[in-house]
Amino acid sequence: MLQVRSVSRSFGTHRALDDVSFDVAPARMTGFVGANGSGKTTAMRIILGVLAADAGTVSWRGRPVTQAVRQRFGYMPEERGLYPKMKVADQIIYLGRLHGMHAAAARRNTDELLEQLALAERASDPVEQLSLGNQQRVQVAAALVHDPELLILDEPFSGLDPIAIETVLGVLRERARRGVPVLFSSHQLEVVERLCDDLVIISAGAIAASGPREELRSRFGPPRFELVVDSDAGWVRDMPGIQLVELDGERAVFDLSDGLGVSSAPSGNGDGGHLEQTVLNAAVQRGAVHRFGPVVPSLAEIFREVIS
Amino acid sequence: MSTQTVSPPEATEATETGSASFWTASRLVAEREISSQIRSKGYWITFGMFILGILAMGILPSLFGGGAPSVATVGAESERVVAETELEAQPVADAQEAEALVREGDVDAAVVPDTDGESPLDVRVIGLEDTPEDVVAALSVAPPVDLLEPSDVSSGAQYLVTFVFALFFFVFAMYGMPLAQSVVTEKQTRIVEILVSTVPIRSLLAGKIAGHSLLVFAQVAILAMIAPLALRMGDQGALLAMLAPALGWFVPFFILGFILLATMWSVAGSIVSRQEDLGSSTTLVMMLVMLPYFGVTFLQDNDLAMTILSYVPFSAAVAMPVRLFSEDARTWEPFAAMALLAVAVVVCVLVASRLYSGSLLQTGTRVKLTQAWSQAE
Repeated sequence: MLQVRSVSRSFGTHRALDDVSFDVAPARMTGFVGANGSGKTTAMRIILGVLAADAGTVSWRGRPVTQAVRQRFGYMPEERGLYPKMKVADQIIYLGRLHGMHAAAARRNTDELLEQLALAERASDPVEQLSLGNQQRVQVAAALVHDPELLILDEPFSGLDPIAIETVLGVLRERARRGVPVLFSSHQLEVVERLCDDLVIISAGAIAASGPREELRSRFGPPRFELVVDSDAGWVRDMPGIQLVELDGERAVFDLSDGLGVSSAPSGNGDGGHLEQTVLNAAVQRGAVHRFGPVVPSLAEIFREVIS
Repeated sequence: MSTQTVSPPEATEATETGSASFWTASRLVAEREISSQIRSKGYWITFGMFILGILAMGILPSLFGGGAPSVATVGAESERVVAETELEAQPVADAQEAEALVREGDVDAAVVPDTDGESPLDVRVIGLEDTPEDVVAALSVAPPVDLLEPSDVSSGAQYLVTFVFALFFFVFAMYGMPLAQSVVTEKQTRIVEILVSTVPIRSLLAGKIAGHSLLVFAQVAILAMIAPLALRMGDQGALLAMLAPALGWFVPFFILGFILLATMWSVAGSIVSRQEDLGSSTTLVMMLVMLPYFGVTFLQDNDLAMTILSYVPFSAAVAMPVRLFSEDARTWEPFAAMALLAVAVVVCVLVASRLYSGSLLQTGTRVKLTQAWSQAE
């Protein structure tokens, strides 16, 4: 478990991070989202020791993070960097060895990774001859070569085409399955949504919310339901205690405005007596009900909700 | 749960990582620097040029200027006069034939009978464009000379040695440029962020300096082996014998002098973020590189200036061996200068590693040295 506690950092008068605390748990993929300039990169750089914190602590398995500990971390910085004239495989082996691997082990891992990332045939080309997307894959390999205990990836998917995203995603998921905590930031909320188990939402240098994705959904998505009947659903508007969000002929989307509904866990199984059940009962009495259920908020909606 | 404050990498490295990982990292960095340098064409081209240059300096003089001057002789008297000298005589039938040989360049001059009676030797010398001084000198009678304070080293030889040492140091000190470029490359490509998060910053610096220094020392060693060979091939054994003792001092001075400059080259690289800006940040280092070259070349006749230059760490590498060569320095002086140089190296390494740490992760505009210094705290 990586624990970030009360970390603050200022650049001049600008407070880039303000009392930031969050965890990155083993075998979980933790998505780190926030607007541009909200402090994601600064936080990651502090975890990696590239930047010093003004205050606060970072600990790994309960002990402070030091150079020796950090050597076992895998890092993909936002500003990508590789030696342009060095051959792909040589470069990854070199980085593996800098992380303390023996030459043979570094070579073995490099071959394996290049295979997984579909780069095997470019192994002896200089990096500068690769397309940007392929350079990106090399960058991923560079972060993984030493079988890191923890992965910190800053925007690992930016610049990748959809197929490459799937490839990289597969590799990262496999690492998480092996028990490695993975922290990754992304602007592509739909990717984060599909990929992450936990979420850390940062806004203007402060953590706006963090926790398991489903928990955040239920915490920040308003209890919202969708109802589709076989005639005009306009009557929903007049039901007490609910707020109509959208009405489109037979389809109505509504919120439980006074918060009396079930916790909007995706199962949607509320016990009777809740407002949404009242609405459902009313609908059944009026005729056929084609669809009824909770609307799970997208990450984008949670994000909007959290940072507003 | 920890309550430890996060520290910058340079503060934690000493406490947690053993020195083993520092040296391992430095060695890996040095290996990479060496292998990337020896894969570049430029490295081999300059090296090849040095080898050719040394061979040329050794062999060419004997090909062109070597050997005794040859003269065409006309008549028995001319032949007799020439035979007493080291000149190479080539008897011909008459003056016309001798002139023809001079015009064609087959001989350096001609010696013919003096018909006007002006010459005490009864011969005249015919040259082409200029007076053939060496022939005239060979035929002249010189009075014996007694020197009151004979110099062990001729001024010509001293000038040559000074020039060779100064040029040699200057050329190899410029090898710091690839070092500075390699530092900038890491900043410019941003791989430095991965490197810094992986290994102690100081091992990056140590590895770079070690790698580039070893490359230069290897070249110097090879050239030092070729030079005597070239001199011998060119029949210049006398010059070699004269150079050898000064060379013995020049080598250790050169090694320390190069490391001293290497620390400066690396800082010059670390304070800029793009190759294009390297020109401006290396200006000061270039001046320090040129100091021994110009200082020693121009001030070699000024004893006070040379004494000072032989102690200033940046010029000691050239000035002290030159003073030793001309036997101006007392026995203890090279040791004192060497100790001073060694102290300067240690101080520069410490200062440079702090400046390097403080500027390596700063991008954008050129980092001020004061800013780099305080950043590393």
